[in-house]
Amino acid sequence: MHKIFKLSAIALMMTSAAAFADTVTVVTSFSKDLTDPFKAAFEAAHSGTTLEVVNRNTNAAVSYLQETRSSNTTDLMWASAPDAFEVLKGEGLLAKVDVQFEGIPDEVGGYPVHDADGTYFGFAASGYGIMYNTRYVEANELTVAKEWEDLKRAEYNGHVAMSSPSRSGTTHLTVETVLQGEGWDKGWATWKWISGNMNTVTERSFGVPDAVNSGSTGFGIVIDFFGLSSKASGFPVELVYPSVTSIVPANIGIIENAPNPEGAKKFVEFILSPEGQKVLLEPAIMRLPVNPDAYADAPEDFPNPFSEDFAPGAIEFDVDKSGARYELVNSLFDVLVTYRLDDLRAAVSAVQQAEAAHADSGNQEAAALIAEARALIEAMPITEEQALDPSYAQAFTVSRADPETEVVGRQAEIEQEWDRFAVENYGKAKQLAEQAIALN
Amino acid sequence: MSASTDTAARRFTLFPTLSGAAVAGIAIAIFLLAFLVLPVAQVLYVAFLDARTGAFTLQNFQDFFNTTLFRESFVNSFYVSAMSVVVATMIALPLAYITTRFNFAGTAAIQALGIIPLIMPPFVGAVAMSLLFGRNGSINLLLNQYFGLRIPFMEGLNGVILVQSIHYFPFILINLSASLRNIDRSMEEAAQNLGSHGMRMFRRIVFPLAMPGYLAGAALVFIKVFDDLGTPLLLNVNNMLAPQAYLRITGVGINDPMGYVISFILVVFSVFSLWASFLFMRGKDYATVQKGGGGLSRRDLKPREKWLAWGVILLILALVLSPHLGLLLLAFGTIWSFSPLPDGFTIQHFGTIFTQSSQYVWNTLVYAGSAALIDVVLGSAIAYIVIRTGLPGRKWLDYMATAALAVPGVVLGIGYLRMFHGTQLPFGMGQMSSFWGIIIIALAVRRLPYALRACMAALQQVSISLEEAAESLGASRSSTIRRIVVPLMTGGILAGFVTSFATAAVELSATIMLVGRSSDAPLAYGIYLYMQSPAGRGPGAALGILAVVIVALGTYLSQRIIERERSRQTTAGDQH
Repeated sequence: MHKIFKLSAIALMMTSAAAFADTVTVVTSFSKDLTDPFKAAFEAAHSGTTLEVVNRNTNAAVSYLQETRSSNTTDLMWASAPDAFEVLKGEGLLAKVDVQFEGIPDEVGGYPVHDADGTYFGFAASGYGIMYNTRYVEANELTVAKEWEDLKRAEYNGHVAMSSPSRSGTTHLTVETVLQGEGWDKGWATWKWISGNMNTVTERSFGVPDAVNSGSTGFGIVIDFFGLSSKASGFPVELVYPSVTSIVPANIGIIENAPNPEGAKKFVEFILSPEGQKVLLEPAIMRLPVNPDAYADAPEDFPNPFSEDFAPGAIEFDVDKSGARYELVNSLFDVLVTYRLDDLRAAVSAVQQAEAAHADSGNQEAAALIAEARALIEAMPITEEQALDPSYAQAFTVSRADPETEVVGRQAEIEQEWDRFAVENYGKAKQLAEQAIALN
Repeated sequence: MSASTDTAARRFTLFPTLSGAAVAGIAIAIFLLAFLVLPVAQVLYVAFLDARTGAFTLQNFQDFFNTTLFRESFVNSFYVSAMSVVVATMIALPLAYITTRFNFAGTAAIQALGIIPLIMPPFVGAVAMSLLFGRNGSINLLLNQYFGLRIPFMEGLNGVILVQSIHYFPFILINLSASLRNIDRSMEEAAQNLGSHGMRMFRRIVFPLAMPGYLAGAALVFIKVFDDLGTPLLLNVNNMLAPQAYLRITGVGINDPMGYVISFILVVFSVFSLWASFLFMRGKDYATVQKGGGGLSRRDLKPREKWLAWGVILLILALVLSPHLGLLLLAFGTIWSFSPLPDGFTIQHFGTIFTQSSQYVWNTLVYAGSAALIDVVLGSAIAYIVIRTGLPGRKWLDYMATAALAVPGVVLGIGYLRMFHGTQLPFGMGQMSSFWGIIIIALAVRRLPYALRACMAALQQVSISLEEAAESLGASRSSTIRRIVVPLMTGGILAGFVTSFATAAVELSATIMLVGRSSDAPLAYGIYLYMQSPAGRGPGAALGILAVVIVALGTYLSQRIIERERSRQTTAGDQH
């Protein structure tokens, strides 16, 4: 017991010591690899100021800020996912602060760098790419998939992994980018065919690079720094950017009613300054600076989103459209893909086998069956118009819904309907494809 | 206070003074209400609200039962839990039997090793498992290379059953061993005199007498597996109830009431399973009166039997400790990717953690140690009140405490923030919700069911006539408890302490909501920090190894204490 008392005495002293120094408290989802160099550089540049880093995953950080708003102890929120900042902003948890910086353009790869209302700021850009394990690819005699389209091919069956968009804001943006780039129906078809090749849909975004690094899966759809920093840590992995990619800024924002708003502002200005941007190029971090000048010091082959030849197919990202159907797209993906992955996989591989069996047979009847099966897999329970219709979308956004809007039903009801639709269609598609195989 | 003044006071006052047990019972009830029921209710009441209007409704529960996915999830969860109990029993029974029934070198070491599977550090444990057993793990790579086949150890529901049984069988092992040790030798001797021996005696005499311990362990395994979300999520199985609840509660900006509905159903079902296990035990008396020989007699093994026993034990240990072997390889390996073994070995990862780890280790010891201490104190008190007193509503203490098993860590964490944030502590200790003491309470509440089940089982084996004897010899109630009951329960209390301590040492889900400063962080949080980046995998595993070693040492020491206590009691008993 003595030890416990002693410890509490020590804790007491530390608390009071911390209260006297100029401390900036930041809640972040970033790893030590990123926060430690920034902490060191910032404290060196501003002696006397301490950066207190509290690490939580993005979801926990958002809940923490929501629950502690009554007597806020946090100065800054520092994380990748722009959607988390949108949620915080929507609830009035982010302060609007006049932060001074220069040399940073308004857009990177078609996506605005900073929040238009000045409540959060992009400090690093990230693109989505395909990460692969070279040993795995070699052992399984695969070719390297360079485009989203490639991942639909039968040869990749069981070799792909991705995190669920409802679990990872950056995955959500990739899903949304393909939906916007290819259109609603074609985009969803692409995701279903890719997902049919997946061996897993992970629950946290770091699960994907983990799986590729261990070699438990060959290809992972990941945000670029996961691939770049894995490679820098010595894993036998590579990263390619498909020509349709989304460039997404990682952000920092000052919390409303922060205990140390001056210190918070100093830190934001520091990471947006040229010295702060340079820290991003450290091997363990490997994030793309948002200041184009910083690329002068970048290592060779380092991707530069500001160069002409980077991701030529990048689309103009429609933030409003994405925002209006955010929860609906997440839920739709989970119901159609994540929770029914086994059914989808069975259907997709049956179709792939049927196609392989009838590649040159010219059997009209089989071709018709396969076409029907493909249509069943690709079918969607709702159209793009419905998805953007507030009476549909707001069934999923209860907290921010307009109370005037009449919704079509409760989320659980709608999901049950979609689930029934998916299970039935995938089952029928599998049956048809098996009939086609039997025709041989 | 002597017994006579106590009864005198009761006779003559208008408002009878409460007995010590009642005061303790009320204090415990207040503790559980404040730190478990109310915080959780603050989060779960959403299950009863209409998501749009905020009015009271039972519609959400109707939706739950109308949803195919949830019904399937329920069946899957039930199947996985039941099968895990079966597999865990197959692992635990031989270990417990051999180490308690025979004179066996290294009993303490085996019992200590047996608890290590409980200490599966978050994230790294899963990586180590998939590097060994995964689709392209060491074993499957080798099998594929030499035999051209793969065994899906870690796929689907069977994967969950395997991993859960390996992870949670120590609950059965520890409680069953404690029970076996408490069986009176004279029972066995009586059976032998009547001509029973071997398997028949085990089936008819020994195992039934050890039933309270076995059932305590099995109930824990069942409820824990039913409510566990970590393992299914790491294996990417989400068609089970607990992961469904978690996924629906923790999404950014999601307001789906179904997550809370599922959590509520998990809590209710856990209490229901506990009640079912009570029904099973009702009307059976497992206590033995004489405490002559201090446990079953141990006999020496014949050489051939000894080899057989060692064979069985080593086989089981190899299976259940393989995840930790993987962890060891990960901690000492350089790069380990798509190959049976790491590319090279290094001690660099331990160097990386060396500077920061002392803070983590110290915090972990303080948090897990204090939490386990609170747990055994509360656990023995609740056990005593439930079994030995006639307080009205005493069973609810047990139900309440056990319901903690079913509460996801995040729900408890959010509940604490909601309840205690903004409450300033005296003496300048700051916010109650970011005070490190709240982490201890959260851990204690989450691990209380483990200690409670162990203490209950221990008390069920103590015959009430021993206490009556003490009281008729003039001992007061409190000194009977202190001098008779608690010493006889020592084995069970220690078993409870060890399980609570070991599992609290690697708990993360509630802690991550409550850690306010990095200087307050325990080991599991440190592991989490490292495991967010590819370069942190080695150091994270090294921290994991550190956690395992600390807990294993603690367990080994307490085993030694039990053994020493036992031999002291035996010699003391012989002298009388």
